[in-house]
Amino acid sequence: MNAPVSDANRPLLEVSGLKKHFPLRGGFLGGVTGYVYAVDGVSFHINRGETLSLVGESGCGKSTVGKAILKLFDITDGQVVLDGRRIDNLPAGALRPMRRRVQVVFQDPFSSLNPRMRVRDILAEPIRNFGLARSRAELEERIAALMDKVRLPRDAVNRWPHEFSGGQRQRIGIARALAAEPELIICDEAVSALDVSVKAQIINLLQDLQQELGLALLFISHDLAIVEHMTHRVAVMYLGKIVEVAPKRQLFAAPRHPYTEALLSAVPVPMPGAQRERIILKGDVPSPINPPKGCRFHTRCPYAFDRCRAEEPPLRQTEAGHWAACHLHDLPAEQNPLAGAKGAAVLAV
Amino acid sequence: MASATVASPAAPPPPHEVAAAPPMPDIMPPVKARRGVLGFLWRYPTIAIGGALLLLMVFVAVFADFLWTVDPTALAPARRTREPSAQYWFGTDMLGRDVYSRVIYGARVSLIVGFAVALLSSAVGLLIGLVSGFVRWADGIIMRVMDGMMSIPPILLAIALMALTRGSVRNVIISITIAEIPRVSRLVRGVVLSLREQPYVEAAIAAGTRTPVIIWRHILPNTIAPITVQATYICASAMIIEAILSFIGAGTPPIIPSWGNIMAEGRALWQVKPYIVFFPAVFLSVTVLAVNLLGDGLRDALDPRMAKRI
Repeated sequence: MNAPVSDANRPLLEVSGLKKHFPLRGGFLGGVTGYVYAVDGVSFHINRGETLSLVGESGCGKSTVGKAILKLFDITDGQVVLDGRRIDNLPAGALRPMRRRVQVVFQDPFSSLNPRMRVRDILAEPIRNFGLARSRAELEERIAALMDKVRLPRDAVNRWPHEFSGGQRQRIGIARALAAEPELIICDEAVSALDVSVKAQIINLLQDLQQELGLALLFISHDLAIVEHMTHRVAVMYLGKIVEVAPKRQLFAAPRHPYTEALLSAVPVPMPGAQRERIILKGDVPSPINPPKGCRFHTRCPYAFDRCRAEEPPLRQTEAGHWAACHLHDLPAEQNPLAGAKGAAVLAV
Repeated sequence: MASATVASPAAPPPPHEVAAAPPMPDIMPPVKARRGVLGFLWRYPTIAIGGALLLLMVFVAVFADFLWTVDPTALAPARRTREPSAQYWFGTDMLGRDVYSRVIYGARVSLIVGFAVALLSSAVGLLIGLVSGFVRWADGIIMRVMDGMMSIPPILLAIALMALTRGSVRNVIISITIAEIPRVSRLVRGVVLSLREQPYVEAAIAAGTRTPVIIWRHILPNTIAPITVQATYICASAMIIEAILSFIGAGTPPIIPSWGNIMAEGRALWQVKPYIVFFPAVFLSVTVLAVNLLGDGLRDALDPRMAKRI
């Protein structure tokens, strides 16, 4: 395999063709009766120091992508390459040192901290596991530095998780992720459970830490308003597939996939009197156990035509850095409702 | 109260400078009305009552020799089936043995069986449950075996096991333990499976913690509470099963007095001399009630969701 030499030009993380099908068990000895196609062929990359947001409705598989990168389970197919080295097929022993480079912050600040461990022990765990401190004193020093980084009082390390508020617990969760000195942090709905004011604090903290430490973030969220605030690029997921990837400005100004367009139309505009054409999608998200044939979005797409029902559109580049999986872009521009800067007009209230 | 003042942004951070988070005076020591053991017992009266009754029974069993008892196996055919009196507090049975002494000494058997079965089946069940929860391929096999065992009522299973051996307190303990193991295993497996999905366990995996350490540090401490509660119920159930086994003559041998065999011997005279059955039955009921009260109290006290109402 490649020697893990850091190359500034190479993406930090490359995910290609990632699939995760959860078996549905039933019957006498737990025979497999079907699969949940939670993630079904997802490819993207994250550069060093970059924030990529993974957005989509709940159940679209975005959290599964995060857990697959963390190798919390074996993936069905595809590759996860960290800094030029494939990590998805490593045995546990070889993977452990690589785990240091990718850490995670979870959504629920209550269940993400072991209720029976003090903050000190929670933070010491990754430091000890990865041998980052040579002595007891250095360990204490690192823990104190982590508390400073997430702006919690140093003497709070002797407390139990239940003594903290949600926002403070989320800071502890971030400190634990930082303890391993990672290059990439996966924020799995990391601010979704917090109050608005606390949410803003945590987001600002994440952004500051990103600049300070050159962290890359995979920001998994369903909240486009927050994504717009803090991301570099956005990947939109629908039913286990990425339907559009683009730099933030391009995606928000001119979405190239009808699903993205509909999602954006649902973001409230923080301006009184502002009007926006709201696109209401019909129906519910189809079941990932039995996803629709052809384009997975065709059952709810306002522009769907015959080809969409038969043929699955690949993710293709529509302009520099902007990828979308939609057959509309094969139509002549005057018939394509997503061509041009229509989206921009919609948003520029 | 501590959580009511959560993170009110005392001074909202300037929009986009280095966000110095507001000072956090809201980390306060949890407010407790009463502290210490007394305060705890005040908040959980069932623990206090159940614990006190159980302690009383333990005291009776341990100091049976000094509680104005006589030899519980001494026969006195001339003084059989006496009514309760100042001399024979609970009367005498049809062999002239002092029922009071027999009931007091009988507490030993019940408590030893109850505690031993609770401890042993919890320990073995914990081990089986952990294996089942962590080793995917073993899970199906183990759980089908447990289902099979659970399909037989524990009393029947214990009777069948006793039929294979000879009656002794040790064999009673082993039989009831085997009959109770499936319940603990199922419980532990369920707890392990749900704990494995907890974000803090996933974070520990991501932080490179090895599986044995994860089990020791993150899983085990969080299974103790439900197992403790379950153990109290098993203790109560074991005492009843022991009494039933002894009652039908498949348990403690008649030479050792136990509440079950005292009742069995008094059964024939139930219509005319009810006290022979009455007193051991009362002791059994009170002891089982005490253990169950303790279990209910512990469940309330140890359940983290209930613990929030400090």
